[in-house]
Amino acid sequence: MPETSAFMSAAEIAQAVSSRKLTALAVTEAALARIAAHDKVLNAFTDVTADRARAKAKAIDAALAAGQSVGPLAGVPFAVKNLFDVEGLSTRAGSKINRDLPPSPRDATLIERMEAAGAVLVGALNMGEYAYDFTGENVHDGPSRNPHDPTRMTGGSSGGSGSAVGGALVPIALGSDTNGSIRVPSSFCGTFGLKPTYGRLSRARSYPFVASLDHLGPLARSVKDLALAYDAMQGPDGDDPACIVQSVEPTVPLLANDVRGLRIAIAGGYFQQNVFPEAVEAVARVAKALGAKQTVELPEAARARAAAYIITTTEGAALHLDRLRQRPNDFDPAVRDRFIAGAMVPAVYVDRAQKFRRWFRAKMLELFQSVDVILAPATPCTAPKLGQVNFTLDGVELPVRANIGVHTQPISFIGLPVVAVPVPLEPMPIGVQIIAAPWREDIALRVAYALEQIGVAAAPAPRGIGA
Amino acid sequence: MADHLDDYINAVARAMALPLEDDWRPAVRANLEVSLRLARLVDDFPLPDDVASAAVYST
Repeated sequence: MPETSAFMSAAEIAQAVSSRKLTALAVTEAALARIAAHDKVLNAFTDVTADRARAKAKAIDAALAAGQSVGPLAGVPFAVKNLFDVEGLSTRAGSKINRDLPPSPRDATLIERMEAAGAVLVGALNMGEYAYDFTGENVHDGPSRNPHDPTRMTGGSSGGSGSAVGGALVPIALGSDTNGSIRVPSSFCGTFGLKPTYGRLSRARSYPFVASLDHLGPLARSVKDLALAYDAMQGPDGDDPACIVQSVEPTVPLLANDVRGLRIAIAGGYFQQNVFPEAVEAVARVAKALGAKQTVELPEAARARAAAYIITTTEGAALHLDRLRQRPNDFDPAVRDRFIAGAMVPAVYVDRAQKFRRWFRAKMLELFQSVDVILAPATPCTAPKLGQVNFTLDGVELPVRANIGVHTQPISFIGLPVVAVPVPLEPMPIGVQIIAAPWREDIALRVAYALEQIGVAAAPAPRGIGA
Repeated sequence: MADHLDDYINAVARAMALPLEDDWRPAVRANLEVSLRLARLVDDFPLPDDVASAAVYST
């Protein structure tokens, strides 16, 4: 029987397990061993569900031995940001306060769907407190660390998800993205990440941040793995009122379809300002590989980012108002102070932001009449150092935290689907956003797959954990 | 130096029963200043009176 390795893709694992060349238990034990060996450095995991994982793996092996079909993710280890409900665990959402919640009685819908496809949950992952974070730092659990250089940030708020996949502890992790929290860690940690269209994947039994902006999605080391997870998780769910009632639209069979003929443009203006040379280089490589020469302007992108910021800080503050009053000293002080300020923003500004959202949405839908895909940086820089407060760009000192998400926020503001692809620059990777029209995840995934096939996009092997 | 924004912060904190210790004030004020600057950027953009809010995104 062949040995499993850290770099087997989910597709390869599922094929090997389904054909009984590998057991699901052996794959699970290997993943648990990698976590035990490397998580002291990465600090990606807050919970390792070893007993549950072994039981699930044994059940898969027994089902296969009995001649039953297990699913397209047979025996694939995965982990979830700790804002997903996991049966038996309190859903901490990166906080100290939520640890007092009772254990969850049932898994989140997306965990149920991954396991129904044969995947094996191995644990829950570190994240920024209540997802109000772009750094991956957490005062309660310590920072998740970048697998390519543990002195650097993972990005957030799905920091543990980026670290666990970028560090090859698991081939797939789930995260959430309100303003960029899948795309930013994907960029810094060198993984592929999918933020689907708003309403595509169920958020049932996950802890919210900003309900009108919250998305869930997968991170993976290959586009096929990303698509396998995405396909497994699609489908309507009455437990999430925003989840569309639409049948599954499989993307895996479409990945290799020709991308020639797609109208691909580069985001100009706002998306080419305040960026480091690495971000410029990454977009240029992707554009050249795709033959994209046209530049398009996203109308009023700076205002779109501003409106997303206002909706985020006020909706987030509303969610946590009682906790701010009752347990202010149990928050990360920086998060608490942002939420208190958010509670003080006049309501008229929130309504203006929501109305601007309608305007921006209409203009972007017009833009998608003339293009199929828009390319933009995922982050303005590669991963900063942990604890870094400012960076200097063109001689101007800028705050790190406030600027990490400037290119992701205008896109999630109106729920567009995006695949973040890693461009393996030296010494650190950086991501590019492949942005498609609403409900066209298939197009973004096809373009990402084409970039992976020609080697422009790739998840680099982790160099920071002695693997 | 205290000014109208500090007065506003104090008044809203009292009106909403929000906790606000002296040590927290500089950071709360700094965050609120950023929010108000960005809010004015949105506010400055003219929108027709009949535009409807997009509380969630859908096509």
